[in-house]
Amino acid sequence: MDLNYTREEQAFRTEVRQWLKETLPHELREKVRLGKRLAKADMELWHSLLNARGWLAPNWPRAYGGCEWNAVQRHIFEEEACLAHAPRSLPFGLTMLAPVLLAFGTEDQRQRFLPRILNGQDWWCQGYSEPGAGSDLAAVKTRAVRDGGHYVVNGQKTWTTLGQHANWIFCLVRTDPDAKKQEGISFLLIDMDTPGVTVRPIVLIDGEPEVNEVFFDNVRVPAENLVGEENKGWTYAKYLLTHERTNIAGVGFSTALLTTLKHVAGRVNSGGRPLAENPHFAARMAQAEIDLMAMATTNLRVVSAAAKGQAPGAESSMLKVKGTVIRQELTSLLRRAMGPDALPFQPDFLDGGSNAAALGPDHAAAAAPSYFNMRKLSIFGGSNEVQRTIITKAILGL
Amino acid sequence: MDFNLTEERMMLRDTLRRFLADKYAHENRRSLIASGEPYDTGIYAGLAELGVLGGMFREDQGGFGGEGFDLMVVFEELGRAGVIEPVLPAVLAGGLIAASGKGRQRGLADEIIAGTHLAALAQGEAGSRYDLNHVETTAAAEGDAIVLNGIKTHVLYGAEAQTLVVSAREAGAVADAAGISLFLVPVNTPGVTVSGHRNMDGIPSATVALEGVRLAETARLGAAGGGLEALEAAVARGLAAICAEALGAMEAAKDLTISYLKERKQFGMPIGKFQALQHRMADMLIEVEQARSVVINLASNLDQPRALRESHASAAKNLVGRAGALVAEECIQMHGGIGMTDEYALSHFARRLTMIDHLFGDTDYHLERFIALKAG
Ligand SMILES: Cc1cc2nc3c(=O)[nH]c(=O)nc-3n(C[C@H](O)[C@H](O)[C@H](O)COP(=O)(O)OP(=O)(O)OC[C@H]3O[C@@H](n4cnc5c(N)ncnc54)[C@H](O)[C@@H]3O)c2cc1C
Ligand SMILES: Cc1cc2nc3c(=O)[nH]c(=O)nc-3n(C[C@H](O)[C@H](O)[C@H](O)COP(=O)(O)OP(=O)(O)OC[C@H]3O[C@@H](n4cnc5c(N)ncnc54)[C@H](O)[C@@H]3O)c2cc1C
Repeated sequence: MDLNYTREEQAFRTEVRQWLKETLPHELREKVRLGKRLAKADMELWHSLLNARGWLAPNWPRAYGGCEWNAVQRHIFEEEACLAHAPRSLPFGLTMLAPVLLAFGTEDQRQRFLPRILNGQDWWCQGYSEPGAGSDLAAVKTRAVRDGGHYVVNGQKTWTTLGQHANWIFCLVRTDPDAKKQEGISFLLIDMDTPGVTVRPIVLIDGEPEVNEVFFDNVRVPAENLVGEENKGWTYAKYLLTHERTNIAGVGFSTALLTTLKHVAGRVNSGGRPLAENPHFAARMAQAEIDLMAMATTNLRVVSAAAKGQAPGAESSMLKVKGTVIRQELTSLLRRAMGPDALPFQPDFLDGGSNAAALGPDHAAAAAPSYFNMRKLSIFGGSNEVQRTIITKAILGL
Repeated sequence: MDFNLTEERMMLRDTLRRFLADKYAHENRRSLIASGEPYDTGIYAGLAELGVLGGMFREDQGGFGGEGFDLMVVFEELGRAGVIEPVLPAVLAGGLIAASGKGRQRGLADEIIAGTHLAALAQGEAGSRYDLNHVETTAAAEGDAIVLNGIKTHVLYGAEAQTLVVSAREAGAVADAAGISLFLVPVNTPGVTVSGHRNMDGIPSATVALEGVRLAETARLGAAGGGLEALEAAVARGLAAICAEALGAMEAAKDLTISYLKERKQFGMPIGKFQALQHRMADMLIEVEQARSVVINLASNLDQPRALRESHASAAKNLVGRAGALVAEECIQMHGGIGMTDEYALSHFARRLTMIDHLFGDTDYHLERFIALKAG
């Protein structure tokens, strides 16, 4: 065992850092640093910068324009990008749909969709959850009925992240209502500009319409948009979920958060000394840091153990549970660190649309909203309860 | 010992609960906040009429309550309904005026009780965090006048108030206990600039700039340089109020979650059948009962000597902060996605519970303060 980075890995880190320094626009970096909300154009810009460098798709094969980075390279990149306050890359096309197309799609589908993910022509969203199908995902009811060369889709998806920006949605639809519930599901790609698709925003606890309801009313979808075999969608859906979890530990995000937290706690006055010197607060910060140091290694252990190009198995559930708990604790500490300055709700500042100065010091405006927003980490992608059940069954054998 | 409420308090609780159930549905509250109005003046007048404001004051102050349990009964109901109308200022600024006011100053208390005058406490500053004694705002004698200079932050209802109760330093260094005085400042006094905003939990707040604000000697509330003692006592009452409010919010969040666990079906059964959730609800219930007890402890010690009162105040704020975070986070988690939506009442209770932790000292602050008070 050797936890030291090799010479090549160190060189890679330097290269990434240098590139970020030269390429990431100051304005975008400031938005991310202060926790402001990113506009569609901000996210598109980040993707295009990465794409120009050939770094947009870390885990795709080179043949399709990916980097084929190993676990350590991905870790280094993620850490550097987070510490440089780069936006996150959008996972829906890159780490959700693409692995499914690579494993189960036709070559035609790969040639048709993968380049458009890279060059920003398509913005994908994830149409899994429905009002009646959350943790019990296999209960999806959205119907797709074959009609000649098309499927006719009726039903509703919900919690669709950033669906308001998307032009494509990958959906789990029910194609056989009579089969056992896992056996009647198909994986269908739907152009959101098709007549009959309606998107309605849902405002969340932080005041932002981050998710949506998506309604399908007799939407005609060409049959060639089916991925893999009809009624085999559940297999692909689960394959996608394990890939979704490869980056779920969020070590890079937590590392950046910890840096911000230390910065803030070193400046905020608490009874005549910096908050970082308050023994109680310092202890909580230190504990989070210790947990994070261990998680960085747990993450690499799990991700490296997976075969090349494959996602880890049930072990990724550990990363999900502990990684999200650590990240939530850090956002909670950052909120607490702001003291009374976490109170004001400042949507105008956060939207970045106005030049209104924020009340309170740097990071104050976003502290409470992002604490609230990060509650989602333990709910989506398979709730932490669901992950614990996976651990119980698949690892513990109970 | 007797753990029952008096008949009067039960009546006040019941009428208040009915009034709010009738007039303060979650939908009304949401559209009120969306309207941009700081709060509903009709509801506020209704609360005054019910005696909610009078219940915050003793009989000799013109009210008919004023004890810890009066505060507890009222604020638990306000918390249950998520009320954003300015009852807390009656306890804080109103309480200070009633306790320390002399002569004409006392007249203000009557108007506050009637709901016709709003006075807000302007105590915090950019560098004070939660320390009441950290006062950089200065009050300097200039001939017959006293001139205030400084900036007060996080003044709840500051932009709606007609009068501010301002803490300012007449002597001593920034964090000295002695030398702080309280002043009654009408908001239309030249040199006062109030800029309002709304907090995460929907409650209006403000920043107040004081630039060469000239006041008469008669504007001083209580003894020169002795303001901290009065301020601390008023804040202890404020802590009892917001801890009781948090308790009400916890009860409401817990009730919503219990109902949801019974209604929401996944895997063919109500999610409340999953033991993974049942045990957490059980833990939550235990913590909420502990929170109720710690609020009772504080309510019954509000009029005790400082050391006792303050250690109960810090104990309550610490425990309520911990329980509030648990309730807010667990209730959202056990709801799944729906718990995170603005449309659903739970997220509003979660916001209020969380923001209460940022008022007058958070869990960590009061833990340290409790240790110090016990050691002293
Ligand atoms: C911000 C956000 C973004 C999202 N983005 C997307 C997206 O882009 N696309 C998409 O398809 N979905 C998305 N989701 C949906 C997400 O995947 C679901 O919220 C999640 O699967 C939980 O489902 P639910 O909300 O219906 O909760 P429920 O499944 O109803 O769960 C409620 C509670 O019960 C618990 N529970 C359920 N079953 C069990 C059990 N058997 N044992 C123990 N506990 C159990 C859950 O853990 C949870 O605590 C998003 C959700 C959020 C909050
Ligand atoms: C110090 C001590 C004093 C005691 N005194 C008395 C006494 O005075 N009189 C008397 O009659 N008994 C007494 N007991 C016995 C006690 O009641 C039993 O130990 C207890 O009921 C648990 O039973 P068990 O030891 O067989 O463990 P089990 O029932 O086998 O339980 C083992 C573990 O599984 C958990 N578990 C079991 N069922 C469930 C479930 N449905 N859901 C979730 N978790 C579950 C338990 O919590 C425990 O962690 C005492 C025990 C101890 C340790």
